Order: sequence, then C-alpha cells, then structure tokens
Amino acid sequence: MLNIECPHCGARPEHEFRCGGDAHVVRPPLSASGETWAEYLFGHDNPKGDQTERWCHSFGCGLWFNVIRDTVSHEIRAVYPITAQRPEQAA
Amino acid sequence: MSGARRPGGGRIDRNRPLCFSFDGRTLSGFAGDTLASALLANGVDVVGRSFKYHRPRGVFAAGAEEPNAVVQLEIGAYLSPNRVATEIELYEGLVAHSVNAWPSLGFDLYAINDRLSRLLPAGFYYKTFMWPHWHLFEGTIRKAAGLGAAPTQPDPDRYEHRHAHCDVLVIGGGQAGISAARDAAQSGARVMLVEASSELGGRALWAGDAINVDQTENLTILTRTTAFGYYDHNLVAAVEDCSSGVAKERLWKIRAKQVVIATGAIERPLVFPGNDVPGVMLASAVQRYAHGFGVAAGKRVALFGNNDGLFDYATAFEAAGIEIAAILDTRRGEEVIGVKGRKRVRAVQTSRGEIACDLLAVSGGWSPVVHLFSQSGGSISFCDKRQMFVPDKAVQQVRCVGAANGDFDLNTQPWQSRAKGKAFVDLANDVTAADVMLAARENYASVEHLKRYTTLGMGPDQGKTSNVNGLMLMGDATGRTPDAVGTTRFRPPYTPISFGVISGARVGNLMRPRKFLPAHGWHQTLGAVFEDYGWQRPDAYPQAGESLGEAAIREARAVRTSAGLFDASPLGKIEVWGSDAARFLDFIYVGTMSTLNPGRIRYGLMLDENGVIIDDGVAIRLAEDRFLLHTTSGGAERIAAMLDEWLQCEFSGWDVRVLDCTLQWGTVTLSGPNAIEVATALGLPVEALPHMHFRADQLGNVPVRVARVSYTGEATLEISVPARYVKSLLETAAAIAGVTPFGVLALDLLRTEKGYVHVGADTDGMTTPGDIGLGRAIAKKTSDFVGRRSLLRPACAREDRLQLVGLESANALPIGAHIMEGSNAPCPSGGFVTSTCISPTLGRPIALARIREGRARLGETVKLFDLGQIFEAKIVAPCFLDPDGRRLHD
Ligand SMILES: [Zn+2]
Repeated sequence: MLNIECPHCGARPEHEFRCGGDAHVVRPPLSASGETWAEYLFGHDNPKGDQTERWCHSFGCGLWFNVIRDTVSHEIRAVYPITAQRPEQAA
Repeated sequence: MSGARRPGGGRIDRNRPLCFSFDGRTLSGFAGDTLASALLANGVDVVGRSFKYHRPRGVFAAGAEEPNAVVQLEIGAYLSPNRVATEIELYEGLVAHSVNAWPSLGFDLYAINDRLSRLLPAGFYYKTFMWPHWHLFEGTIRKAAGLGAAPTQPDPDRYEHRHAHCDVLVIGGGQAGISAARDAAQSGARVMLVEASSELGGRALWAGDAINVDQTENLTILTRTTAFGYYDHNLVAAVEDCSSGVAKERLWKIRAKQVVIATGAIERPLVFPGNDVPGVMLASAVQRYAHGFGVAAGKRVALFGNNDGLFDYATAFEAAGIEIAAILDTRRGEEVIGVKGRKRVRAVQTSRGEIACDLLAVSGGWSPVVHLFSQSGGSISFCDKRQMFVPDKAVQQVRCVGAANGDFDLNTQPWQSRAKGKAFVDLANDVTAADVMLAARENYASVEHLKRYTTLGMGPDQGKTSNVNGLMLMGDATGRTPDAVGTTRFRPPYTPISFGVISGARVGNLMRPRKFLPAHGWHQTLGAVFEDYGWQRPDAYPQAGESLGEAAIREARAVRTSAGLFDASPLGKIEVWGSDAARFLDFIYVGTMSTLNPGRIRYGLMLDENGVIIDDGVAIRLAEDRFLLHTTSGGAERIAAMLDEWLQCEFSGWDVRVLDCTLQWGTVTLSGPNAIEVATALGLPVEALPHMHFRADQLGNVPVRVARVSYTGEATLEISVPARYVKSLLETAAAIAGVTPFGVLALDLLRTEKGYVHVGADTDGMTTPGDIGLGRAIAKKTSDFVGRRSLLRPACAREDRLQLVGLESANALPIGAHIMEGSNAPCPSGGFVTSTCISPTLGRPIALARIREGRARLGETVKLFDLGQIFEAKIVAPCFLDPDGRRLHD
C-alpha cells in the first residue's frame, strides 16, 4: 500500500486516495477525429518506469494533485500541483 | 512408537502438565510444548495422510515449513482448518484432528491411491477429467484430495487491527535480529522487533547460548507475531497471536522507514526413495525437539546429509540421548537408497548396507528465508558456492542480515539420488521427483509451469522445504543452473492467516456504516419494513394481515387516487454556484442548463466520457449564479466528486463552487391528485406553482424548498427542509385526512407504470441517451458536454442497438428474461427485461425492456426465455399510463 504525500495534509496511506489515471491528458475538442478521441479514451502509455498520474485525497481534503511514480518500484519521485507542468527531474 | 519425552531438558515447564486430544485420544504434554512436540513426546508416529496418495506421514519439521502435520484445530464454531501442528502452542483442553484420512488415520480407504500411483502422475487431473466436464468429477476429487473442511458456523472470536509506525522494523528475533534491533535502538531510532515464536532467541535457544535483550523505551518487542506480507512503501503486515487477551488475533500494519529482515534459514530435505516415511525428519528439527522441548524424536538415528552440519548434529543428538546408528555423507559417496517401514522407519538401506534405526535425520543444505525480501520487490540469486538462493538487489528500504542473508557456509554439495522408488520433492502436495521429470519431458520447463502442472509448492506450506529442491531437479533435467531456472514469485502471505484477522472488527453490524433516515424512528412507529438501499429505507408500511407486496399495491393506489407521502431524504442534493456555474453545467449535462430561468426546473442526464448514462435528475435554477442539482439517491457523493474533479483538473480558473448538501436537507414528497391541497393545508401556498417550477418558502422560521417535479406521474411536490425538521413535517402531513405514507416498492410500481427509467436498473454500462429515447434534443445543443464526442461514433447511431420499450404480457415477466432471436432456445438474445410488475392501476402485467431495434418494433409479439421457461409478450411504448402527462399538470 502506497504512502502518499498529500500537498495539503502530508503523508497518508493509499486507501485515503483515489487514483485518476494519467496526468497531463489533454481533452480533445468536439471536432476531434475518431482516432484522436479513441486515443484520449483508451490510449495509455503504461511505461515501465516513471509515470505521471493524478491522485485525489478523496477521504481527506479532496485536493487533486499530480505525482510521478515509478511503476516498477512504486517509488513516488515527485508531487506537484494539478495545474503545473511536469517538473524537470534528475535521472 | 519411537518418540519419547526425555527425563530433562527443553524449555518446557514440567510443573504445568496439559491435557489435549488428538483424533479422539487423550494425551498429555507440558506448557511450552507445541502440538507437534507433544505428539512426538507421546510417541505418535502418524499425524496425517498425504494429500494425493494418502501415505502415512509423521512430523517432519519444527517450524512454519512443516509439510505433513496439518490438523483441524478445535471443533464447531471454533474450528480452525489446516493448522500446522508445529506452530500451535499447546494449551489445556486443545482438540485436534488429522486431515486427509477417511474414515480414520489408521485405516484410510483412499490409501488405494498409493497403489494406483502409476496412474496418477502429474497433470493427471487435467489430462483425464477434461471430458465431458471437469465439474462432474470435481466434488469427488476434492473430497479425496482432502485438506481440512471450513467451519460452518460464524466465528465467535474477536479480532483486531492496529497501525504502527517506526524508524526500523526488525523481522525475526534470533541473534541477528536481536543485535540489529539493539544497534538501531541505541542510535535513538524508534524500533519494533517482531518474532514469530513465543520467545526471542531463535536457534540459539536450543543450542544453549545466552540471549540478552536490553528493553528500552524506544524498542517495542512483539512475540508470537508473524510478519506475513511486505507491501509497497515499506508497509509490513503481521499477525499477532494473542489468544490470552481480549482478541484472538491482531493484524498489525507497520509502516517502517527501514526494514531489517532477520528471518533465518530453513533446512532442505534430500530427495530419495522413501524420504516421506514417518521417522524421516529434518536434522534441524530433531535437534530443536531435543533441546527446545526435551523430546527425543527416536531412539536410534541415522544422519544423512551433504554438508558440514552433520557433525554438529551428531554431537547434539548424542547429548540428547539418541543413539547414532550411522552418519552418511553424500560428499564421501555415501547415500540412502531406500527406507524400510510404512508407518515408521525400521531401517534404512544405504550404500553401506542396511542399517537398523527408527529415525533418519536429513540435511540437504539450507535456504535463507528470502520470502519477505522477494515480496518487497528485491531480486534473489543463486550462490553456487553456498548452494542457496540469497538476497540480491533491494528495491525498497530493506536489508537482510544473518542466516536470512545467507551469511554462513557449510560446504554444501549438490546431490541427486539415482535409486529407484518414490522420492518426494513436495511432501505437502505429494509431488515426486518423477513428476518433475515428467514435467521436464512435456516441456513444462518454466518454473511457473512446473508449479502449476505438478502443484509443486502449492500446499499450505507453500513449498518452504520443496521449492528449491524442485527447481534444482528441473535444472538438472534441462541442463540449466538453478539461477537460470529461477524461482516462482513469492507472494503474501508467508504463512496462512485466518479470514477472521483480515476482517478484524468489520463483521456483522460493523461490516459497514449504516445510514438511517432523519425520521427513522417515525417510520418504525408506522410499522415500516426497511431495506438497505445504501440507506435504511421503508420498503412499505404493511397493515395487519397484509403482505409487503399487498401493502405496496395499496400505497400505490392511494397515490393514484388521493395523496401519498414519501420520505425522499436520500435524494441527492448538490448546490453549484458562481459566475461560471451555468456554463459549467452545460458541460456536465446532456441538456442545456444556461437557458433555464431562475425558479425553473429541467430534467437532465449525465454521461461519462464514453457517452454512457451515469446519473439522471433535475437541475433547479435558484438564482442567476446558483443551481441545485437533484441526483439519484446514493449518487450524490459520486457526482459531487466528479464535478469537483472536472473543476480542479480541467476548469481550474472557473468561478464555480460545489457543495453536496444531501445530509443537510431532508426531503418529503407529496404525490397524487390531492397533493397540492395537502401542501396548502400544511401552510405552503403552491396552488399557482406549475409543474417543473420551484419556490423557496418558509414554514414559521424554517426555510422550505418546494420543487414541483414528479417520478410517479402524479402532481408531486418535493418539499425539502433542514434535516432535523423532516420528522415533524412527516408527522404533520400524515395527520391530514387522505394522506397515505408509501415506500420504495410503491414508488417503483408507480414509475414503472409511467416508463420512467431507473438509472442502473433500466440502464447499464452500455446505455446512451438515444437508447432510452432521449437523444433527439442533443443535435440542437451547440456546446460540448461530457461524453458528447463519444455519441458521434457510428456505433452509437446504429438502429439495432438495445432500445427502451414496454412489454405487455398475460403472465408477469421475470427481470432478466431474454428476448429470443430464434424460435427455440438456445438462440441469440435480442435484449432483456429490466423492470417488471403487475400494474396496480391497470391490473395487468407490464414490463420495461431494452430490445434490439425496439422502437421500430412496436406491436410485435416476441418470445422471452428465463431459466428454462418461455413467455410471450407484445412490444409497446414504455409509458403505460397517461402518456400525455395530464395528471402531472392538474
Ligand atoms: Zn489532503
């Protein structure tokens, strides 16, 4: 079970949170092609290694925020605001 | 009978004798015994029958790795199945039974399997019982395959959960663990030390060494506590056996900054013919029984091994009064080629001839207990020099110390038997060396395939003594090193844990919180029958002599003819306000909310991005910048969370606030031709309030919100007041002549007559607005909304989708009945019934269904199939009553 650092409340166990899937997904406009819309709905990177995803402290303060998580070790490398760009990372 | 209690020695309390029962025999032991040590002390040779061949088996090991001595502990409600005798501390009155024997341990009918064993190779069940269907054979095979039976009564014991945090968690209280804990504690860290057995010391306890632990404030020691699972971010789960306390067991969830694994090592057996006869034991177990429990596991022992440990064992056994018959060292070319005896070793056949003995102590090297390290994500690798898998790279903050790290070298040399006969690799699941060879020949050479094909390592012991031997054999058979074969993944739990401890206190009434209506007590006084709909809600209010169904029909008729009173407090109520609220709701709803005038109400659907309906309800415009959304009961939290997600993640600059006020406002529904009169009598002047209009009012000082909307088809007022006033509003309204309280069942009858959908019942994860006949208005809307792009997909425009229609039939249709697309079953399904009832108003069966191309098939007669029965029905429009909606407006 992950131990997640909510920017507002501090470190809390995973079951207080909800994972909202990939971060930085851009919602296509109504005029988008079928391919673009399908990619938005179903296309997920699923990398081995660092992945950006958004989480909500749903059983706490309700804040949505972004994290970078290593999908192999589950180490959380960064926590940053939902509206911020993905931070530069030292490798 | 060969095992016996020695006159002295052991860490048992000889002043505290204990009586216990095994398979109906009354036996005695001492405080400090395990069930296994007490059985050995009583000379019990056979403790169980093996899983597949039903061969007699005796105690083999002294710890969690025991493959044979699996028992049913206690009886009745206290029955605990598949418990390992080596891990059960003896107590007064303990009752245990062996498993896998039928009808009895001494005379086992299934032992015939042993004689038939050439017909029962690995994969036998898969190969033989495929035709015509595995399930025809499953019952008989499962019974013969045995293991314990689950208890049939509720568990009367209590269980607890506890959370803990520490700087350093040390797992294992042997010497390596104790010194790691001591060092960490001295540095000032908060330390927890968990040890599975009843006292610290590990192997040193029965080797006679001194154990010293300085108890300090920052060191917490938990004995009888087994760490069984290692999860992400250094979360370790452990079970504490606390039978003497308030709870039977306690589940610890320990979050540690660092973890030290000091879980020691487990001795491996050797694989040779007859290696499962009672009296063949791990040498380390013989030593532990002698020095830990004062029990000689036999009178005369032959020692057989492939490492330097043999000589220490010989010294230890002799000191314990066990006569040494021979020491056979594979490294000198000596080996055991067979064992004489069936229910007890009588002699061993060796490369040096036959040697009489009643005990054969084997040592095939050691396996560090790397289970938790592997669970943590760490890799393990095979060390050729020491002949063992050792921890390699850690992924989390964890390290292994002592024997768990493989920090010892006994000059172990690999050895394989070439003798003929049944040589067991896995005693718990009766997997032989020949089975592993067969798997290799049939190309189940991957270790994961080997496991599933032969069931190697899949017993309750999870292969603690057998996995490494199995994959070494596989390596030999396929010309690979053990490293190349690799191990199967180690998964929690390390040892079996009870369902009780996983549930903890969350059983019965504490399973999950119950939600009660603000006026629950008032409903009780009316004789309501409640059902759990997320909330405890009245299904109906049966009168004397009335069934629940009869009550619902009477209540529904009262709504159609006079006035009904319904507690709709669970109705979802979400306030949305701010200068961008209107355009935000245009994005959320299929319909357009920005064109709604204050005081007006509009019905709307909400979709997910796939275009699937997730909720429906009305939106009320309270003011230019303020809306009140009514969601389905039970949907409010989910919908409020969804609105918040869009606002935080997609529209973060917008001026919109969302508040779920479902619990603050209770709602009372008045419905029926007399509803308006009743409301007026309550002091609410609503004669002039048209359908789909709203007004805020006051009753005395109490704020009241009145929405004229309807889910029954009758003129209806949804009157919301602060939750604490619901009871008095219900009381007052119910006292007015002609007002009948009605429950959820009557509401469902009323809405089905009108063809109003119940989202989640008449819709599912495939249903779009078009499917329920609400797609026409969408084209006029100019702006985007959630799921709109998905509705433009060709699949959503197809005419042969399942569409909502009504069904009329002579007999009541069951929910879930399928429309037949052929004249005889089996045939393809053309849709199914989603709601059904006998209409109280029309007096005949009606139903709602989603049928392929249904709207184009009105008037057609179809056949339906349900559980072997066939029905006939006519497809009609989904609204059975007042299709023009006159009753809504009167
Ligand atoms: Zn928070």
